[in-house]
Amino acid sequence: MVGFRTGLQIGVALMAAVLAAVLLPRYLELFTLINATVFVSMGVLALSLGLIWGFGGILCFGQTAFFGLGGYTYAVASINFGDTTWAIPLALALPTAVAAALGYLMFYGRISDVYMGVITLTTTLILFKFANSTAGDQWKIGSSPLGGFNGIPGTPPLNVPFDPGTQLAPDQIFVIAVLCLGLCYAAAKLILRTRFGRVSVAIKENELRAELLGYDVRLHKMALFAVGGFMAGLGGILFANCVFVSPTMFSLSYAGQVIIWVLVGGIGTLAGPVIGCILIQTLTTYAGTLSMIDPNLLLGALFMLAVVAVPKGLLPTATNLLAKLARRGDES
Amino acid sequence: MTLSRRDALNTVLFAAGSTLAAPAIMRHAALGADPIKVVGIHDASGGLDIYGQPMIACLDFAVDELNAAGGLLGRPIQLINYDPQSNIQLYTQFATQAATKDKAAVVHGGITSASREAIRPILRRFNTLFFYNTQYEGGVCDRNIFCTGSTPAQNVNKLVPYVQKHWGKNVYIVAADYNYGQITSKWITKYVREGGGQVLSVDFFPLDVTNFGPAISKIQAAKPDAVISALVGGAHISFYRQWAAAGLKKSIPIASTTFGGGNENILLSPEEGDGIVSAFSYFQEVDNPLNKAFLEKFHAKLGAKAPYLGGELGMRTYIGFNLWAEAVRRAKSIDRMEVIKALETGISLNTPAGKTTIDAKTHHTTLDVFVAGCTNQAFRALETFPQQPPLDTASVCDLAAHPNENKQYEVDVKI
Amino acid sequence: MDYAVVVALQIVSGVATLVIVSLGLAVVFGMMRVINLAHGEFLMLGGYTAILASGQGINRWLSILVLPPLVVGLIGAVVERVLIRRLYGRMVDTMLATWGLSLAFIGGVTMLFGNSVTGISAPFGSFGIGRFHVAGYDMFLVLASVVLSLIVWAVLKLTPAGLIARGTMQNAEMAAALGVSPERVYALTFAAGAALSGLAGGLIAPVSGVLPTMGTAYIAKAFITVITGGAAMLTGTLVASGLLGSVLTVFTFLTTPVFGEVALLVMAIVLLRLLPRGITGRFLRRAL
Repeated sequence: MVGFRTGLQIGVALMAAVLAAVLLPRYLELFTLINATVFVSMGVLALSLGLIWGFGGILCFGQTAFFGLGGYTYAVASINFGDTTWAIPLALALPTAVAAALGYLMFYGRISDVYMGVITLTTTLILFKFANSTAGDQWKIGSSPLGGFNGIPGTPPLNVPFDPGTQLAPDQIFVIAVLCLGLCYAAAKLILRTRFGRVSVAIKENELRAELLGYDVRLHKMALFAVGGFMAGLGGILFANCVFVSPTMFSLSYAGQVIIWVLVGGIGTLAGPVIGCILIQTLTTYAGTLSMIDPNLLLGALFMLAVVAVPKGLLPTATNLLAKLARRGDES
Repeated sequence: MTLSRRDALNTVLFAAGSTLAAPAIMRHAALGADPIKVVGIHDASGGLDIYGQPMIACLDFAVDELNAAGGLLGRPIQLINYDPQSNIQLYTQFATQAATKDKAAVVHGGITSASREAIRPILRRFNTLFFYNTQYEGGVCDRNIFCTGSTPAQNVNKLVPYVQKHWGKNVYIVAADYNYGQITSKWITKYVREGGGQVLSVDFFPLDVTNFGPAISKIQAAKPDAVISALVGGAHISFYRQWAAAGLKKSIPIASTTFGGGNENILLSPEEGDGIVSAFSYFQEVDNPLNKAFLEKFHAKLGAKAPYLGGELGMRTYIGFNLWAEAVRRAKSIDRMEVIKALETGISLNTPAGKTTIDAKTHHTTLDVFVAGCTNQAFRALETFPQQPPLDTASVCDLAAHPNENKQYEVDVKI
Repeated sequence: MDYAVVVALQIVSGVATLVIVSLGLAVVFGMMRVINLAHGEFLMLGGYTAILASGQGINRWLSILVLPPLVVGLIGAVVERVLIRRLYGRMVDTMLATWGLSLAFIGGVTMLFGNSVTGISAPFGSFGIGRFHVAGYDMFLVLASVVLSLIVWAVLKLTPAGLIARGTMQNAEMAAALGVSPERVYALTFAAGAALSGLAGGLIAPVSGVLPTMGTAYIAKAFITVITGGAAMLTGTLVASGLLGSVLTVFTFLTTPVFGEVALLVMAIVLLRLLPRGITGRFLRRAL
């Protein structure tokens, strides 16, 4: 059963998504809208890590592996099919399957902690190196060259299902992206309310105890990891629609950034990582328009400040603050 | 020799300028308050900044110079520089911003071919004129873009004969692993074969490779007469270091299509860099009065901060901007199609790099090419090839006949 | 035949480079469980120190071997005091902090020194094996990796400071009860790790050159090596470097540099799958 609080959170999130989808395209300039779509697509990625790390205790350094796989599969499949309709289920299935397989390899091998971090990081780096080295003519899947370092600039945007001639405009893609983010949030909330979700959280809290109580820790972790892969793949598809796919999707700097988003936003929350992601993305873009200060220096200083000043992450800190204020209000 | 009125005017434009240095406030007051927006998108940070910084400095300089001389159509130029931080995603974001928010009259930008291909479709879709001012692998056929740098028919075609004449027929190619390196190495192969030689092997390196030890052993095993490099970026400079450290400089010389394009020759010590030969459409050391005047002003303005303008990237940015400005003057408008039509009349400027003329059919340029050798961290011209047309792109692209084309041809090189 | 010798030398020098760039990280992670994502930038700072010093006319060996560890060790001490100290026991937070630190170092160095500092050429020239030439400096790096490992081993095993450090790492409370200040030990260890990284930067500078972004080329490899090595930081790092470095070089020779790196990464995954706590989680467990 979905409790009142969860129901409220889901309701608010979906409402916000619908409102954003309806209102923002009317008032925002096209460029802001396209940038917003990029941020939202990465928000889905941040959410996926926020779910598996914050609630499953799976510290994945390579969530970008699934993000990139989703994007690449979408690009390659839709170029080959000439229609994006069937590319989407394929681009969701592949990262999910890879996540399940990798999860099997790790969790059934009893790999945990930082060792798991290294395996996932290594996975995304392998994909990065591989995608990066496919510039030659011999690297083609069907009619789609993989493009190496360049990626696939001609990634086709979504079309109306079964009607490849009618491609969606940037503002329509924005609407879809926002709705996807809202739905992912709702899905994550709901998953956590199910028996499966509760067991996953229990495993995170104390793996040994959960196991002794008879739960199959390995299966639960693997399944949650696959859910994370699915969401990250969805993020990749959206990203491919507003930018295009290139090996940077797998890169060390993106892999690291996702972790930063989750940490800054607040680990153990679902909205926090999304907020952290959008905030940091906005900052990075803004930093690129400054000429006085090196953007790296600015971002670096802010991250260090964030760790020291808001160690729990933005969202939990803000919630605590509000709660304190409310309490003080009650007392007076 | 006939000097047209236009040429004379341009010469004056480049040579003078410092005399026009009225105080900034006065100029802007005189020019009115409705500036023409020009956007520059170049990496000022991250791994590609060795190329980006000279380009940005030259674009800044060109805009200031033009504003000092009265702006365009009585309006000042407002330059907006974006730093994509060597990140392709930011390239697409800033290009969208330039086109839809800033509504820029023209975008100058892109360094690697990857970044160009990332923003070219965006700028075309939003009808924003695009100048790409870098030497590259050729073949882009799109009426919305002007490529002002040199291409393989202009530089590789001069470099390879030099290598074969002076060093020997057979070469070993090391190249960056993306489309620039892939396509350029095909061109090198083509010209080496035409010269009666053989390419012993081609090795590709991703941009982040720093250890070339195994590659250097492989090259020694192949015993080439020369190595030709199309390596790109900061990490790849290690190749030249490790090559010198292995003591191979005396036995196997190196030529390159990229060395000096950034500041490779400054990063290397003289012992490591001396003797490497490159081909570009400009070197800072090019000896002519216009270049002397340009450098004097450039250094007077920037002082110690002036970046080294090694190969052509910075200078081509300066020329690209001036070509655009000249077209605006002739079109008497900043409207995209009017400016394109003006450029397609075959605008020609006398520049510090020699005469540069727009080739209407391909939107590339006819320019002077220099083969130069590195000595004590500077380049010395060895051979000069005046007025080289962009034959490679011209063999596949005719925008006069097919104005709606929009693709990058990979010139079919038989290997 | 000559070629085989050259390949063998390349393998050895590939392994040595991996040891050199990983040791600093190994000390910091192995002793303190701090994942220092700014490790690559410590290398970079070491490299800049070496090259700037040598550009000022300071003796080349002083610039490569002495100044980088001193300067970067000092920087490490400051970083520990200002930042890391607040975050002990919070492994994930230190990652965020050191990631920020790494960006700040890259940005700061770019602003201060720019990206066009002339490098130093490698000393020693080259020597011939048959008709092949090999850089003498490569062999010096091999020697340096051996000496460095010996020093780390000797300090830990033979000096009182090493004993205290190892004790503190095993059980900080017990050490504190015996009158040792864990804070001081941590501070010194971090500074020592930073100094090692700085020295590594100085050592590789003549081979790789220096750019503000050079650290990114090493951090992932060093990190993977150290973790694959497992709990015994010195032995683990050495064994992992040996395995991974050989795989890297052999595959680079057989195929391309890309597949060399891919082979290294696949090897790391296979090793961790078979030995979930790293190589020294199973073998050589009593080693350092």
